[in-house]
Amino acid sequence: MSLLGLMLISPVTLAADAGAVAPQYKWLTFIVFGAIIALTMFVTYRAAKETHSATDFYAAGRSVSGMQNGWAIAGDYLSAASFLGIAGLISLYGYDGFMYSVGWLVAYIAVLLIIAEPCRNIGKYTLGDILAFRNNPKAAKIIAAISTVTVSTFYLTAQMVGGGVLVKTLIGIDYEISVIVVGALMLTYVVFGGMKATTWVQIIKAILLVTASILLVIFTWGQYGFSFPGFLQAAVDNQDIQNQVAKLVGDAATNMTPAELGQRFLEPGLYLKNPIDQISLGLALVLGTAGMPHILMRFFTVPTAQDARKSVIWAMAIIGGFYVLTLFLGLGAAMNVTAAKIASFDPGGNMAAPLLAQYIGGGADSMLGNLFLAFVAAVAFATIVAVVAGLVLASASAMSHDLYVGVFRGEQASSKEQITAARVATVIVGALAIYVGIAAKGQNVAHLVALAFAVAASSNLPAVFLTLYWKKTNTWGVVAGMIAGAGSAILLVLLSPNMTYPLAKVTEAKKILDGEPAKEAIVAAPAQGGFICELFASADCKKAVKAAPATPAKLGAREQLTAAENALTALADETAKAAKAREITSLKATVSKAEADLKKFAGQTTSMMGLEKPWFQLRNPGLISVPLGFLVTMLFSLITRDRRAEELWDELYVRQNTGINAEAAYFH
Amino acid sequence: MTITVNWAAIDKDPRFQALHKRKTTFLWGLMIFSLIYYFLLPIGAAYFPELFKTKVWGAMNFGILFALSEFVVAWAVAFIYTHRANREFDAMVADIVRDAELIR
Repeated sequence: MSLLGLMLISPVTLAADAGAVAPQYKWLTFIVFGAIIALTMFVTYRAAKETHSATDFYAAGRSVSGMQNGWAIAGDYLSAASFLGIAGLISLYGYDGFMYSVGWLVAYIAVLLIIAEPCRNIGKYTLGDILAFRNNPKAAKIIAAISTVTVSTFYLTAQMVGGGVLVKTLIGIDYEISVIVVGALMLTYVVFGGMKATTWVQIIKAILLVTASILLVIFTWGQYGFSFPGFLQAAVDNQDIQNQVAKLVGDAATNMTPAELGQRFLEPGLYLKNPIDQISLGLALVLGTAGMPHILMRFFTVPTAQDARKSVIWAMAIIGGFYVLTLFLGLGAAMNVTAAKIASFDPGGNMAAPLLAQYIGGGADSMLGNLFLAFVAAVAFATIVAVVAGLVLASASAMSHDLYVGVFRGEQASSKEQITAARVATVIVGALAIYVGIAAKGQNVAHLVALAFAVAASSNLPAVFLTLYWKKTNTWGVVAGMIAGAGSAILLVLLSPNMTYPLAKVTEAKKILDGEPAKEAIVAAPAQGGFICELFASADCKKAVKAAPATPAKLGAREQLTAAENALTALADETAKAAKAREITSLKATVSKAEADLKKFAGQTTSMMGLEKPWFQLRNPGLISVPLGFLVTMLFSLITRDRRAEELWDELYVRQNTGINAEAAYFH
Repeated sequence: MTITVNWAAIDKDPRFQALHKRKTTFLWGLMIFSLIYYFLLPIGAAYFPELFKTKVWGAMNFGILFALSEFVVAWAVAFIYTHRANREFDAMVADIVRDAELIR
């Protein structure tokens, strides 16, 4: 599973097609969903009545308070992936899942210190407006619009596919239908209510998410008298957690006591195994958030730079507090639901929080358990819709405000024309999002979220940061830097282990079907080739080999299946029969998946880029593409001259620091 | 309301220069500190596993304590910045803005 796969819902679901909610309780889910949709429709109706101008549509009339905006940022940022994904990761891998959540909060320090206030002071509606301040306006707006649409499309595709799979896993609604419902709802909010409705949908979603998490944590942690060491000790002593660790560490578990196995769950290294990849991802996360167009856009909705500052503080309190809660959700789910059950619904662990809710309410057969599950499912659904709405609004603004009004109409468009253009662009982007969501069904889109952050960090952030803080930055620097940053990020991901490599898939499938021969003991050997080998594949590179004892031959799934079927006929006891039957079903699924893989990749030897093996060794390109984005921007700024960029520096620098002549708020 | 001002003159004004100097040092310091502190977590977990496994309070080990401290440090940085911006930078800005049209 990809390092960032947890930000999305894994495309494979092993659960029955009916979903996690039992059919007799589905009406409960629909009531909760209905209530939340009704509430959001009501705020959209109110917002639509107040949306008359372009400033209303793009920036909610700049009348959102700092606190409201903080909640909306949290609502925009805490995608289903953080809510369900990180809790799931902690439930399956313990400490590493929690460590992973840290970067998502630290990212806001960059937003607070270098982005929020200056952008509010000099910006208007979009990323393009900031870049157009001193650079050539048309060139800046075109490149900003391309980058915004690229970043948002990657993120959006991941959200649509993830959302469709999630709704299917939770309540068994068809994938296509859930994608269309998510798209239609989001379009209603954005087209009619613009930024005002989007803001309120995000606030409602954030409040629901935080409330649900706090309630779940109170019930989970309360069992241990709210003692933190007591809670951790319970996790260490938990037999299911010990079993999960034994499964993860494999042969090493034989020399470990149960207490050591349990303690191992609270130590690093069960999931994140490549520190350089983690640093690369960390760089993309920490700098990418500050370059995300839909996050930048939120700072234009508040009246002043002080409110922008206040909104980041609120957002950091909510987002950070939320990730601390996920530690309890994840460990609570591992203890009470068990990793095996969570993974049986979704191998990525996304069902951890919903299943914990069901358990707390009284289990799968109880009314209260299903009500809790329905509530968490509805929150997850609201989450997807709110995040998608923010992304669509950002892309639509880039198309209508930057490209149509800024470039084609040369800033000469009436307020009515601007708002019509914005609505038309929203419908186009929304329809595309639905189409892409359906077209990408079943595809591996896990790397797209990582890619969105990497592109934002390598292209948008250097451009915005250097435009704001470095006098020599100019149009050519920004254009070249954004192309180099985004291009290298995309190219490196195409050459990375995120892609599908048929040879590896075929070998893996054969291993599953036919088993493995016995292996001799392995002698440890050091790595060869130095640091560059951590990044790129080459003939001179050899990976370090760890010593391992000899292993006996392993049976293939086909032989295991035949053996299990023979054993079944000999069994008389009903419970033993049922257990064997379950084993057979699971083996059959394994065999048919491996056979399907063999068929799918038959005759193929290379990835879509023509590689047999990944050339770039990291899953995240940030470590290379972020410095490259900065360097190219600086280099081209130094070798070209742009009179406008030089002349406007004083004005930009004074205005970004003082807020003189900043776009004013207005109230109806 | 848009006002007409001499941007170059404000940029050269000692009060603006003072604001610029104080903000630049302060923001760079906080930003670099935050980045280093953040990257210590994956580096520590990968290269100092024994330290991260050391138990400090019941089952709680140094690794969990350090990960939790990342949250506290992030909040502290936000608080320190906001505190200084509210008290000091905002007042300096207000002073410059009040005289903006007079600085020539």
